Amino acid sequence: MPFFLRFARNYGALLGLAILVLVVMVALLAPLLFPASPWQSVGDPFLAPSEDPSYPLGTDMLGRDIAAGLAYGARVSLLVGVVSTAVAVVIGVTLGALAGFYGGRADDLLMRFTEFFQTIPAFAMAVVLVAIFSPNIVSITLAIAVVSWPPVARLVRAEFLSLRSREFVQAAIVVGQTGPRIMLTQILPNAISPIIVTASLMVATAILTESSLSFLGLGDRNMMSWGFMIGAARTMLREAWWMSVFPGVAILLTVLAINLIGEGLNDAMNPHLRGRKG
Amino acid sequence: MKRHVNLLAAAAGLLCAGLMGTAYAQETPVKGGTLNMIAQPEPPMLMVGLNSQGPTLYVGGQIYQSLLTYGTDLKPLPSLAKSWTISPDGLTYTFTLQDNVKWHDGKPFSADDVIFTADKFLRESHPRWRLIATTYVESITAPAPNQVVFKLKKPFSAFLHAFELSSFPIIPKHIYDGTDYRTNPANQTPIGTGPFKLKDWKRGSYIHLVRNEDYWKPGKPYLDELYFRIIPDAASRAVAFEKGTVDVLRGGDVEGFEVRRLVKQKDVENTTSGWEAYAPLVFMQMNLRNQPFSDKRIRQAVMHAIDREFIVKNIFFGLGKVATGPIASTTLYYSKDVPTYPFDMARAKKLVTESGINPADHPIRLMPLPYGAMWDRMSEYVKQQLEQLGFRVTIQGTDAGGWSQNTADFNFDLTFNFTYQYGDPALGVARHYLSSNVIKGTPYGNNQNYVNPKVDELFTAAAGAVSTEDAARAYAEVQKIIVDDVALGWLFEMHNVTVNRKKVKNLVTTGIGLNQYMDEVWISK
Repeated sequence: MPFFLRFARNYGALLGLAILVLVVMVALLAPLLFPASPWQSVGDPFLAPSEDPSYPLGTDMLGRDIAAGLAYGARVSLLVGVVSTAVAVVIGVTLGALAGFYGGRADDLLMRFTEFFQTIPAFAMAVVLVAIFSPNIVSITLAIAVVSWPPVARLVRAEFLSLRSREFVQAAIVVGQTGPRIMLTQILPNAISPIIVTASLMVATAILTESSLSFLGLGDRNMMSWGFMIGAARTMLREAWWMSVFPGVAILLTVLAINLIGEGLNDAMNPHLRGRKG
Repeated sequence: MKRHVNLLAAAAGLLCAGLMGTAYAQETPVKGGTLNMIAQPEPPMLMVGLNSQGPTLYVGGQIYQSLLTYGTDLKPLPSLAKSWTISPDGLTYTFTLQDNVKWHDGKPFSADDVIFTADKFLRESHPRWRLIATTYVESITAPAPNQVVFKLKKPFSAFLHAFELSSFPIIPKHIYDGTDYRTNPANQTPIGTGPFKLKDWKRGSYIHLVRNEDYWKPGKPYLDELYFRIIPDAASRAVAFEKGTVDVLRGGDVEGFEVRRLVKQKDVENTTSGWEAYAPLVFMQMNLRNQPFSDKRIRQAVMHAIDREFIVKNIFFGLGKVATGPIASTTLYYSKDVPTYPFDMARAKKLVTESGINPADHPIRLMPLPYGAMWDRMSEYVKQQLEQLGFRVTIQGTDAGGWSQNTADFNFDLTFNFTYQYGDPALGVARHYLSSNVIKGTPYGNNQNYVNPKVDELFTAAAGAVSTEDAARAYAEVQKIIVDDVALGWLFEMHNVTVNRKKVKNLVTTGIGLNQYMDEVWISK
């Protein structure tokens, strides 16, 4: 059965994919949909949703369009989510592969190093890193990557440990292939499924972390983000609910969509589950 | 002759104030009761001579007293000084002290304590008094046990306004003389002359003051006890007031939007009075060392590009009043006759064009004041307004320490600030404009590097004027020049709201507001 059909048998995953495509479209088209900067006051302050037809989601305390904020916020959320995950996966896969393949001293050393990061609460460490390197989009992305690679490393190490004792790897060793070549061409392709599933869920976590940082005022002060919108609006929740509810819903939907997709990928890629839905 | 006239006027004023007091307070004060307030944040100590932060003054103001206090019109009023005279040449100030004043440990208070305070204690520990004392004071003597005479080297028109609680609290000589002030154990057990004494202080929980039975005003204070509760979370402070755990909220205890909600409740009254002596004024600080802000037309354009009414109304919840210039409208010598900068984008753009400066060539770093949400919104607003003029603005977030450091080191393009004015421009205003005050190390000087010899000259003349008319004339002229130059970008006068249950009477009566000792405050049953 082709991969996509297996994936599509999970209706939740399809729904997730639909939502994510929508979010990506909005993010890409933001400058066309909202030519003015999302920081620009365009209407009266505190307009409720649909009070003025030009601002269907209302305006905030400075008269900024909430809809524009959501569109530009999507760019930041997706950018941070994808880039930080990519960085984390590169670090995690590299360290995990080395530890799992070579074992022994290298394994001990790398895993103690990984545990060092695992023992520190991830979010607290992200806060500290961002605070030290002054909040901007680069430091936030890197901080999230730095706190989220250890689970990948552990996962990849486990996969490599079990795969390296298989016959095809033994055979590759016997014919004289070099270590790096075996890792890249023999083991990694066979370990890729769980990595993809984990990575998809990490994107969701990264979006949440970025929102939490922005909520605490540690976001990039020059880029509109969902967490920032909620953080700025939370004090006025009783008077202007729409200022925090819409960005909250945006975070919820995006994270949910990515989780659903992750679930679908897991179902589609895990050979043990292949007959489950049939 | 002149001084008699002054005295008479002061007496008449007092009489009026007294009459008005009785006219308003139709109920007779009752004795007893406990007043609950909030100390936010918890003060490091209560010794106001060594620490003059807000919460220290609020609590310590019940324990320590100064020679004078000031009305809401900033007229000096008696406190530990019963009366005072000024010689016609403006060089000799004679204070007569109250009778039967005792320290909380039972020792009598006398002129020696005042001399010790002025000549030793504050000269060593208080930067503002040290500056005044070194520049102007020739000698301080006590011709009688209840009389203190300050002789000045040259006239100083603001001198009578330098005796407020945060500037000149009287310190007990018998406890501090000959000791190391900062490490004196008595700092933890403050001994003052005020109507309340420290009973106990449970760190992180409350500060408990009780009635001083030997207080020098017979029959006062009315209240038995004061509690200053320590509640670190802003939302919990609002709840504490709603529940009745505390009866009074000081400006800043709860956030602006909470104030707006709480004042609408019944049995609650509020006032913005009680800050006249401090008159905090919010301003933008543009670094005049570099382009584009070195050009006066750019600074004027910035003023026109910012809708200050919008800032007050939508960002600060209406808790302020648009400033017209360097001197707040409640401070002495305020002049309305200055150039104005109404919100006008077209004019702003025209000024930028006239300056010949291409805004896109000069990226601006905007450093917000890290004091919370309202200040962040203001930075975002200013950024977008300047971007409409064509500037490229990046916001540089910092914490309080970083802001202070960068501002003190002149490492900024554009930042915000607010300072107290202390009643007289010579005490709280001139410091931002005198070229002699372009000094690193403090964020509260002339950090923007405004240098204008004419302005220096006028401020010096006004401070040294003997008659108030001469001072007023010089201050009026200097305000015109500074406002035309846009030495700072004045935004608004902060209104701090005191919110209290209506049962608390006589709470805010003077220009120092809640820092005033509460010997006249009472609670109706």
